[in-house]
Amino acid sequence: MSEIPAELKYSKSHEWVRVNDDNTLTLGITDHAQAALGDLVFVELPETGAELMADDAVCVVESVKAASDVYMPVSGEIIEVNEALNDEPEIINRSPYEDGWLVKVNPTGNELDDLMDAEAYAAILDE
Amino acid sequence: MLIYEHSAEGRKGAPQAPRQKAPLTGIPAHLLRPESAALPQVSELQAVRHYTRLSQQNFSIDTQFYPLGSCTMKYNPRVCHTLAMLPGFSGIHPLSPATQQQGFLACMAELQLMLAEITGMAAFSLAPMAGAQGEFAGVAMIKTYHQARGDAMRREMLIPDAAHGTNPASSVMCGFSVKEIPTLANGDVDIDALTAAVGPQTAGLMLTNPSTLGVFERNIESIAKIVHDAGGLLYYDGANLNAILGKTRPGDMGFDVIHTNLHKTFSTPHGGGGPGSGAVGVAKRLQAFLPLPVVTKDKDTYRYLTEVDCPQSIGRLSAFMGNPGVLLRAYIYMRLLGAEGMERVAEFATLNANYMQAEAKRRGFDLGIDNRRASHEFIITLKQVAKTCHVSAMDFAKRLLDMGFHAPTTYFPMLIAECLLIEPTETESKEVLDAFMAALEQILHEAHTRPQLLKEAPQTLPVKRLDEVKAARQLDLRYK
Amino acid sequence: MPFIPHTEQEIADMLEAIGVAEIENLFDEIPDSLRAGSLNAIPEGLTEMEVSRLLHQRARQNSTALCFIGAGAYEHHIPAAVWELCARGEFYTAYTPYQAEASQGTLQIIYEYQSMMTALTAMDVSNASMYDGASALAEAVLMAVRADKRIRSGGGAAKAGKVASNPPARILMPTNLHPVYRKVTHTIVHGQQIELIDVPFDRQTGSTDLAQLEACAGETMSAVVIGQPNFFGQLEDVDAITDWAHKNNMLVIAVVNPLLLSVLKPPGQWGETGADIVCGDGQPLGAPLAAGGPYFGFLCCRQALLRQLPGRIVGRTEDLDGNPGFVLTLQAREQHIRRSRATSNICTNQGLMVVAATIHMAILGAQGLENTAAACYANSHELATRLSALEGVRLVFNSPYFHEFVLQFEQPVAAILTALAARGILGGVDISRDYPSLGQALLVCATEMRSAEDIAAYVAALQAVLGQALEGEYPLC
Repeated sequence: MSEIPAELKYSKSHEWVRVNDDNTLTLGITDHAQAALGDLVFVELPETGAELMADDAVCVVESVKAASDVYMPVSGEIIEVNEALNDEPEIINRSPYEDGWLVKVNPTGNELDDLMDAEAYAAILDE
Repeated sequence: MLIYEHSAEGRKGAPQAPRQKAPLTGIPAHLLRPESAALPQVSELQAVRHYTRLSQQNFSIDTQFYPLGSCTMKYNPRVCHTLAMLPGFSGIHPLSPATQQQGFLACMAELQLMLAEITGMAAFSLAPMAGAQGEFAGVAMIKTYHQARGDAMRREMLIPDAAHGTNPASSVMCGFSVKEIPTLANGDVDIDALTAAVGPQTAGLMLTNPSTLGVFERNIESIAKIVHDAGGLLYYDGANLNAILGKTRPGDMGFDVIHTNLHKTFSTPHGGGGPGSGAVGVAKRLQAFLPLPVVTKDKDTYRYLTEVDCPQSIGRLSAFMGNPGVLLRAYIYMRLLGAEGMERVAEFATLNANYMQAEAKRRGFDLGIDNRRASHEFIITLKQVAKTCHVSAMDFAKRLLDMGFHAPTTYFPMLIAECLLIEPTETESKEVLDAFMAALEQILHEAHTRPQLLKEAPQTLPVKRLDEVKAARQLDLRYK
Repeated sequence: MPFIPHTEQEIADMLEAIGVAEIENLFDEIPDSLRAGSLNAIPEGLTEMEVSRLLHQRARQNSTALCFIGAGAYEHHIPAAVWELCARGEFYTAYTPYQAEASQGTLQIIYEYQSMMTALTAMDVSNASMYDGASALAEAVLMAVRADKRIRSGGGAAKAGKVASNPPARILMPTNLHPVYRKVTHTIVHGQQIELIDVPFDRQTGSTDLAQLEACAGETMSAVVIGQPNFFGQLEDVDAITDWAHKNNMLVIAVVNPLLLSVLKPPGQWGETGADIVCGDGQPLGAPLAAGGPYFGFLCCRQALLRQLPGRIVGRTEDLDGNPGFVLTLQAREQHIRRSRATSNICTNQGLMVVAATIHMAILGAQGLENTAAACYANSHELATRLSALEGVRLVFNSPYFHEFVLQFEQPVAAILTALAARGILGGVDISRDYPSLGQALLVCATEMRSAEDIAAYVAALQAVLGQALEGEYPLC
């Protein structure tokens, strides 16, 4: 069973979102997603300053056999990217919810309410 | 051991080069190389021995059964190579006048005609250098056709989800967006989904028939009508042409453009991954757009058509004439077979595939698509055994290598979990097919009794299982 | 039956196992309306003797004339061992090394090839080859555009279909590049809204004029392409152009002849920081002329552009026991995984030609390649000097060239070539139509294969031909 922290929000395409104290958002992929992809070997990160809409592709995560887009769960501006992933993409496999975060976003839309809580996300994984 | 590790400073004097280095007087010093390139310094014998040994670390059709689905790994007759390497062919400069290459051009003109006859198309260009380039050319012709009619809003290419990855990639290279069409569990295209998808934005549909699932698309006539009625064109991916040679023709099915893979159907060597050839054929209404050059005959003389003759052509794809050496081998193979031999290709490729499919079922394997005729290939799904025994299709593949067989295609088509796509081709004997099926059955047994044998395979090859993750994370792409 | 091993008994047993009466039943899912009739245009099959007789006859109908044509394909000596080894079934009849453990031979050769190409070009990485030089240039252009952040949408990954809304990417493409390379590049890239901007050449030197380039300074261009030597055989001031391009935020795409790189400055050392992408045709390394192919394209780049490099790449890694081995790596960039988002639709490389090139380079070594290149230089200069000394013949450009040169005539070049061919000489390529400003212009090449006698024969033949009234005697073709 994969880990699903209770305090985060989730999308159907297996992204998680953390609401930070300053109302910015941190975005990553779930434990389930990293396990399904396998050992990650590369992460293509966006430029800071990029303004993206909800459902736009924001990153690409690659394992040896697969490349998968990561989609923006909300609209917003990229304010920080996790540069450590450039050298060590495997951080995502090790720590998907903490050290393996992907980007920080200044949200401009209110799609946050459409996301699932941990319980709902766990339910779709069980299907 | 790398060739570099056989090298020793000062070992030079190859008799294959001029003895002396002539002075390069007149070239400014800043344009010259300051020091020699770091290439290995070995004797001819060292090189010959090294590369002979490397060759022995390969599986090949000449040494092993190679049932790689979708790749048509049939026997490559030796005479095709011998004759293509005759100095009268290998010595032709591509820009020498047509009058100096009439013998070669005659072969190419006949090859164009034979391909048109087999596929039911009006005309062929031999220019594309590989299947993917043929796809690009075909899709570009579809685009140019719509544009020439002032119908430039057709920006979407429809592609079944079972298609080869090159189909969507080629479409995007031509500036199209791609819409996937789902496939039904029985292997046919979902007609309802297709009907819903077509419209004034539809440029065309790219289809492989028989499909990558190893079955003939039974509704092809309806599909052609739906796409044509919407104003789109039909593209035929010729990857599986081997299954239908002389039995049915893409042109008669309603296809407007086709690429053929001469390195599959017409037995030119795969060469460790190329060169290939992706000759493209078209219906009459697309003929003006064919890529150049095309060979034509004026009275008794053959020559290349150029931009002057074909101002509407999509253009050129290579510096000269595609891969003529490959084309020549395909021509020789086709002349060896003749019309009757070509029909037999489809018949025995299909017989072999259906026999193996029946045997697979008898030996307890699950078929990817049950209760259908196999085309020239079929699919086994190892989903159940993967679940019960925690072994993967990849483990099966590696274990097969230990038993002296090249593995089938794994994990393609992506629609079927833990799949093996098996294509025996017509040139394999029943003994070989039986031996392969027996090996597969043994592995199935091992999966239940000694799964470690699968997981630790291969054990008998020059290397054990290789670490692809390390290769991608710690890139080592050249000798330093 | 040719190439089909089945006996009648085996066929019967197999049909029984399948549960059908005859082979024809296996095609019963094909609608009757679609069944093909007989293939009328296909001749009857031939025996090996018959097909050999036919092909020998066809081979004899091709030219055996002395070849002084270059223009992207060059007659060089190929060591006998090269094709002896390439024709080994283990190379010739293997496929793409997807099962790495069963393909170490092919994979290691590609790794050695990548090592040799990066050594020749002084670049960081090489892929496993492209189809040919012209299509490699097209891919290099696409790479440069993908790498140009100014013309991509803000996200880390531009969506397919979204590209069209961006301003067109532009590439500076000198007109002294091979005309067909320019055409092929246009064919392949124009669907993606990429503009190729012509840069004229200097009429005195035939090389790209920095003053002409300067007019584009400050414009948003993704890259400038430099041919070294260029189509005319002339040498470019590569250091100056490279530095100019980098100063103006453009990448440099080098189009080079790999044999000549044994003596010419490698692109990785051009200017202050070197070229960014290097491509060209590998034909001079072991591929016979063969009417135009198969040859192979090579494509190298600096490390920073690696993710944009299309095609197969081989990496060295370890097996379970820690022994070294080779695999295809970075495959997630490719079409079979990335599909519509791949760096290119390319699927194959020119595998067998890479085997030939690797063995060719190993046998000749740096010294062998250098001596060969230098002999081409010497022969071409000898020929140019003697031909341009004839009346009515002049060397068009006045700056250094390598092993090709352009001659200008007062009479129609087409007629001269026809007359030379009748005397057993393939005298070069008529470039008058591609470059009307050069008048009646002929591109000539003499490789190391041309002996002193061959060169003397050309000079004598041209002298004789020019002495005749051409138009009357030989039809223009």
